[in-house]
Amino acid sequence: MRYAYFPGCSAESTARDMHQSTLAVAASLGIEMIEPKGWTCCGATAGHQTDRVLAAALPAANLAKIKDMGLDCVVNCAACYNRMKVANHEIATESEIRNYVSDAIGRDYDGSVKIKHFIEVLLEDVGIEKISSAIKQPLKGLKVACYYGCLLVRPPKVVNFDDPENPKSLDKLVKAIGGESIEWPYKVECCGGGLSLSRTDVVVNLTDSILGMAKSAGADCIAVSCPMCQVNLDLRQQDIKKETGRDYQIPVVYITQLLGLGLGISSKKLGFNKLMVPASNVLEKVEVSSNG
Amino acid sequence: MITIKKAKAGDALKDAVEKISGVDLSVCLQCRKCSSGCPVGKLTKSRPSEIMRRLHLNAGNELLESDILWMCVSCETCSARCPMGIDVAGVMDALRKLALSRGASKQKGNVPLFNKAFLKTVEVFGRTYEIGMITAYKLGSGKLMNDTEKFPTMLKKGKISLLPSLGGDRKTVKRIFKKTKQNKGAGI
Repeated sequence: MRYAYFPGCSAESTARDMHQSTLAVAASLGIEMIEPKGWTCCGATAGHQTDRVLAAALPAANLAKIKDMGLDCVVNCAACYNRMKVANHEIATESEIRNYVSDAIGRDYDGSVKIKHFIEVLLEDVGIEKISSAIKQPLKGLKVACYYGCLLVRPPKVVNFDDPENPKSLDKLVKAIGGESIEWPYKVECCGGGLSLSRTDVVVNLTDSILGMAKSAGADCIAVSCPMCQVNLDLRQQDIKKETGRDYQIPVVYITQLLGLGLGISSKKLGFNKLMVPASNVLEKVEVSSNG
Repeated sequence: MITIKKAKAGDALKDAVEKISGVDLSVCLQCRKCSSGCPVGKLTKSRPSEIMRRLHLNAGNELLESDILWMCVSCETCSARCPMGIDVAGVMDALRKLALSRGASKQKGNVPLFNKAFLKTVEVFGRTYEIGMITAYKLGSGKLMNDTEKFPTMLKKGKISLLPSLGGDRKTVKRIFKKTKQNKGAGI
């Protein structure tokens, strides 16, 4: 299995833990990930809130490079995944956008590169049986609230990822690792995304609801696959405490970090030391299971 | 009940929004599914369904001052749940674009300033540079002290990068920004 792997800008900063754990899991499962040379920003929310051509051209510059590599594109950042899928769709279906984009990036691009989220690669290409049999340290008894957020599942017709209202992909992976994926109603609610700095008040309000629901559902931790969800849910727990007095202390981990633990990869290699709310309750499970 | 002032000639938003978003505003049933699912609807003065109605009834530039424009989190729940398949989130993007080009007043939190600071680092470095973008936003918004207590821990844990990444194809990105500026009047 060989893919062109688009890390996204967060991979070099606030989501190094996502990047590290993705690469470690991929290597452990025999998935080859090749970074396209000179990859650049997908434009994120700021791009599409500003200009449609800009929002399509920034991902297209990368997709054109990947097309030359002759590989499918794999992305683990839900935000980049979303922007690339939407750009591909618009370029493939609207000739006006395709013309503007081609002019902007200096070459024609037809929207034909296949884009997969890393979770899709795990479930569809590697397969849940192979993953289950590779688990060395099951996370027995760990109650995980799987949180998908917005960008993985919406817009459903374009991203076509799982059921948009009740997705199960992350839950399947949690079960394969031996954990317990809990039923809860906020799987696809929004954390406030890109408003983290500009409207912190909105993000604090939304993350407070999500964390509160995860807590009442009995979650030991929340599993995510989006750097914006991770940062908002992890970092804003301090602000929620300051404003409301509610002190959740729920670790917010990437699904690739959990999977990596299950595969027997060290917590340091998976970037667990970078979490703001320490995942000691998660790491304890592994220590117990590896000792017992 | 919604009352609107009829837009002055040249002021109406309907045609421009339909052109930019590709949405036919007249198919909205006013079922309010978009408003029910909107995560910020509990915080804003106006809701998505109301924006849709006002647009259809030929509202003018005053609609560009609605707080929801810059509190909308682009989560696309509205678009995903619309029984008529209307891309409500696309309408919001179109309204933001028009708010910028028609000079609507700045709002609390100043999302356009944040977007500008974000995109500027992309234009210069080819990739996002978080500390550069945060600094530019703080200087512009005057909110210098927000979140500063978190930086020492984030830096220590390696949760944020001190320096920009320079590995990207900056030449192509600069070209994209240049062309986007040239095409500003394209109306899409």
